[in-house]
Amino acid sequence: MDSGRSERPVPTAIKILVAGGFGAGKTTLVGAVSEIRPLQTEESLTAAGIGTDDLSGVERKSTTTVAMDFGRITIGSEIVLYLFGTPGQDRFWFLWDELALGALGAVVLADTRRLADCFPSIDYFERRGTPFVVAVNCFDDAVTYSEVEVREALDLDGHVPLLLCDARDRESSKAVLIGLVEHVLALSGLRPR
Amino acid sequence: MVRPYAMTGGRVVPASDKFDVVAMVVANRAALSGVGYGLQPEHRAILAYAREPLAVAELASHLDLALGVVRVLLGDLLGQGLIEMYEPQGAGGLPSERVLRAVINGLRAL
Repeated sequence: MDSGRSERPVPTAIKILVAGGFGAGKTTLVGAVSEIRPLQTEESLTAAGIGTDDLSGVERKSTTTVAMDFGRITIGSEIVLYLFGTPGQDRFWFLWDELALGALGAVVLADTRRLADCFPSIDYFERRGTPFVVAVNCFDDAVTYSEVEVREALDLDGHVPLLLCDARDRESSKAVLIGLVEHVLALSGLRPR
Repeated sequence: MVRPYAMTGGRVVPASDKFDVVAMVVANRAALSGVGYGLQPEHRAILAYAREPLAVAELASHLDLALGVVRVLLGDLLGQGLIEMYEPQGAGGLPSERVLRAVINGLRAL
């Protein structure tokens, strides 16, 4: 036995983003479906800002760190889904570019009390051509709107699925993820079933 | 406070290409046989965690290091041939229909 490593095959990693305004329930949704307590990872501006910010003449490096929460769902022995909550502030969008690269798709969480908060996320994924669904997180004290009203308020393309969810609820959050993957399947020219 | 890039000797760019946050890392046989030159405790910690495949983001989280730092360390290990890296399918490369259906079925069965 010359190897301590199991011969377990290396699983295919699939990345899904969870976006939305501050307090829309991103980390809650990740936590509801993740098999592990959501982990946190940090990116520091020192590294990520290179090529983005002009630092010439700036001797002192800034070391601002941005935290991202993520969770994991293992599907059989072949597939691992990673769910990343995107950092909320606009100024960290350079991190989104890295996260969005190669992502299967995104869930944009919307809070009907502050719908405008999710506009930047929707704009971003539309521009990038990243498949996404909008999930309205139904907070207890929020007024209920019809799907048509929400679609109009978000100026959402007809083909983008709009789902209602409770981000605290595992089954509900699972349904959102299933909705996203079905949407991706549909977009890839295949009929979901 | 320790400056985050102190353990990379101030290097902020990995020796090799940038690793995706969900690139899978796994230590190979050479790593497990104890070879490796000039490795720091953080390198060894990565090798210990990576006995089973795991993602770059998970490594960073377990080690409590910034992603950028972990990428530099991974570049070192890759350069010494101690790890294998499996990048996820890149932009435009959607998983196959079979994989997508497996994800849907897997989520339903959770």
